[in-house]
Amino acid sequence: MLTAEKNSKLESDLKVFAQDAVRRAIAGGATAAEAVVHEGSEFSTVVRMGEVETLKEAGSHAMGLRVFFGQRAASTHTSDFSPEGVRQLVEGALALAQLTSEDPHAGLPEPELLGSASGDFQLCFDDVYSLPAEERIARARRAEAAALEADPRIRNSEGGSFDASFSQKVMVNSLGFAGEYKSSSCSLAAVPIAQVDDSPMQRDYWFSVARTLRRLESPEHVGRVAAQRALRRLGARKVKTARVPIIFDPLVSRSLLDTISQAVNGDAIYRGASFLAGKLGEKIAGENITVIDDGIMPGGFGTSPFDDEGVPTQRTTVIERGVLKSYLLNTYTARKLGLKTTGNAARGLAGNPGISSGNFFLQPGTRPPRHIIADIRQGLYVTEFLGFGVNLVTGDYSRGASGLWIENGEPAYPVEEITVAGNLRDMLHNISEIGSDLEFRGSTAAPTLRIEGMTVAGE
Amino acid sequence: MENNKFFLQRYGLADQDLERYLAAALSAGGDFADLYFEYQYTTSISVDESMVKSATQGISAGCGVRVISGERTGYAYTGELTPERILHAARTAALIASGPSKTPIAGFKPEAARSLYPVAPSVDAEMASKLDLVQRADRAARAFDSRIAQVRVGYADELRHILVVSSDGSLANDTQPMARLNVFCIAKDAADGNSARGSAGGGGRVALDFFLTEKTPEHFATEAARQAIIQLGARPTPAGEMEVVLGPGWPGILLHEAIGHGLEADFNRKGTSAFTGLIGKRVASEKCTVVDNGTLPSRRGSLNVDDEGSPTQNTVLIEKGILKQYLSDKLSARLMGIPDTGNGRRESFEHIPMPRMTNTYMLAGEDDPADIIRSVNYGIFARTFGGGQVDITNGKFVFSASEAYLIEDGKVTAPLRGCSLIGNGPDVLTRVSMVGNDLELDEGVGTCGKDGQSVPVGVGIPTIKVDRITVGGTK
Repeated sequence: MLTAEKNSKLESDLKVFAQDAVRRAIAGGATAAEAVVHEGSEFSTVVRMGEVETLKEAGSHAMGLRVFFGQRAASTHTSDFSPEGVRQLVEGALALAQLTSEDPHAGLPEPELLGSASGDFQLCFDDVYSLPAEERIARARRAEAAALEADPRIRNSEGGSFDASFSQKVMVNSLGFAGEYKSSSCSLAAVPIAQVDDSPMQRDYWFSVARTLRRLESPEHVGRVAAQRALRRLGARKVKTARVPIIFDPLVSRSLLDTISQAVNGDAIYRGASFLAGKLGEKIAGENITVIDDGIMPGGFGTSPFDDEGVPTQRTTVIERGVLKSYLLNTYTARKLGLKTTGNAARGLAGNPGISSGNFFLQPGTRPPRHIIADIRQGLYVTEFLGFGVNLVTGDYSRGASGLWIENGEPAYPVEEITVAGNLRDMLHNISEIGSDLEFRGSTAAPTLRIEGMTVAGE
Repeated sequence: MENNKFFLQRYGLADQDLERYLAAALSAGGDFADLYFEYQYTTSISVDESMVKSATQGISAGCGVRVISGERTGYAYTGELTPERILHAARTAALIASGPSKTPIAGFKPEAARSLYPVAPSVDAEMASKLDLVQRADRAARAFDSRIAQVRVGYADELRHILVVSSDGSLANDTQPMARLNVFCIAKDAADGNSARGSAGGGGRVALDFFLTEKTPEHFATEAARQAIIQLGARPTPAGEMEVVLGPGWPGILLHEAIGHGLEADFNRKGTSAFTGLIGKRVASEKCTVVDNGTLPSRRGSLNVDDEGSPTQNTVLIEKGILKQYLSDKLSARLMGIPDTGNGRRESFEHIPMPRMTNTYMLAGEDDPADIIRSVNYGIFARTFGGGQVDITNGKFVFSASEAYLIEDGKVTAPLRGCSLIGNGPDVLTRVSMVGNDLELDEGVGTCGKDGQSVPVGVGIPTIKVDRITVGGTK
């Protein structure tokens, strides 16, 4: 593990290092260049049936370089920070740019758009990486133990785990932008398995993730919730094919929000690869739907002071009372669509920047989830989706599901091996209830939702 | 020393260095230690809107050190191949054990060389030749039909050098090429405003000329465009249990999800798989024989040695319906007292190896594919799939069809949209009533994810009929 002092030294070194690569690219004839450096360390441990199963600890770094010759772009990346490694990185990029096409929309952001959002974003906390290994292991062990002790029907386990990571990102370009930030993350999870006699086993999980240990749920809580989730699946059966009201549990709602964030992604929009392409200003969802992308929410997992092109992040209203107000854009897609970037550029080490959401969420309603369930005479409460049956081009949505069958406002029995299907165009208009239970476990979040008009396929 | 030419030349790693690092890994005891060195060189080029928008190349190198003590695994890695960093990683991984130091066996015994992919690495080919491939595909897709509105073509290749040395004296190295071409199309019907997508791709551990002689850019482009156009006219899928016919090739993903993952030894060692305890039991109809074969020449899922340095093999998983064997790595083999099937794989030096599939497929049967279709009164013909997923513990799996049709009165009729299938791993193959004589392997597109690690795999299947499975539609 790196120490804090060592990190701050490394950090400024990294900035100089990245600036040097950009300078060399310009000296080699590039008209513009941009470099990003990632450095990180990770720790993870899994405790299974009370014994340490794995313990992993390591650090790594890599640099990506993007160069432009006018409006032709190319990029290279390397984990080799030796002088020879950097020489290859720069020369490789300069050579590749001779092959690519003039693209009228390619290029770095307009200089006046560069900068950092200001404020205390609470992204990095010392407690995450200063926690001794024994205590990290102890937390994983406690989470698993709490799950195993919760009920005699919890008979096996895939373990309890604790993960910690620390990373820093440096971003510089030839227009003078130079930014850097550090972030920390820790998470705790338990994956118990429930079984009665020789009936089929059921596995489920629970987790907590935070930027500081202080915000992490207790190991005991994580273990107990995981156990309850596995237990409630015992005895699951199929149901008859039917069209009934569906309730999405918050983790399931979250996956729907992920889908919406992909559907408003500028890349999919300009290509016509999304059912929301060309719908700006139109009513695409019910009056009760407001979706926000917030890149500056303190402590968020989608928070950063600037995006991966050096543009300040921002809070964007994506859907307001059912009307599509904004796409999520980077510089390239904004130019393609004649709009302004929303500061959502995201890049790995290689290739052109893509787009990712910040903290992307559906505004909560006022009703507690138990009231929403109590209204249902006959319906399905979905606790998990399986598979990838979402087609963003057509909006077709057909996914494997498991959950609880609801009768007369109460959970009646668990169900599995069924699918839930509909079309996203209709689903967004048919959300009839929105819970008050918005909670972030990662960068995307949504409360409990009730959706009408979907088909449950079973027997 | 000829044992590890690449890493010796590039990083000066001689056998005595490797022995020193292994000794550091066992400095606190432990049963076993290994070092995994990796150097990966990648290139890519893509065409989008008929413009070459991206060209990339990259290098990633590092070393992972593993120490096993009983059932415990300690792991550390470094992206800097210097003696100090490797020793540091070795001492960090050693913390998993607590006892007197052990001495690794001196003098390495190299694994006998095998050569399943003796090709000129495509990463060394001129970028201009790769550019030509993507531009040809772009032209072919656009020429297929005037309703093709968007085409994106990507070509990517890599060359991976690995060296694995263990405290038991084994040493293996391999040079692993991989190349892949992908085409993605969107079709738009100006008349009704409908859009649809289609995609195709393939490759393997092949040289660049594979795309000139065997599977051309035009082949993949035509397939992607054809799918998108067909989907323009697709109608909603019926919902409920019915007869389903899977076409040959990529629909073998059924085996990967429904059977393969559940047979990985780690889950069975821990008793968490729906297949735990079923060896010797009937899990499929008599017509089904399923293998995992890492030794097919040039295939995407093939390897001369796995990522623990063990030779891959052809493992029979299910023979005439009876479950025969699990897929194992070194750790599970030792703890379960079963053979190591050479299925220990990892995404990169940053990852701990675990049992993974290679190329998983069902052997051909005797039925004529046309008879299989004719035997269905009302059901689904699934020709191509997108992704799939499985819950190992309760055995439930799902996969989504990207090209499917209704079968009515023994004839393939309307194309369908939004079709997914859900079933139960341990019993879906018991309902296989017909197996075609037309085994095909997929074209080389599969990537399997497990525990956050991605590895390339292959699948294959002949045309089969499943008597009853739940189809997730809306009608």
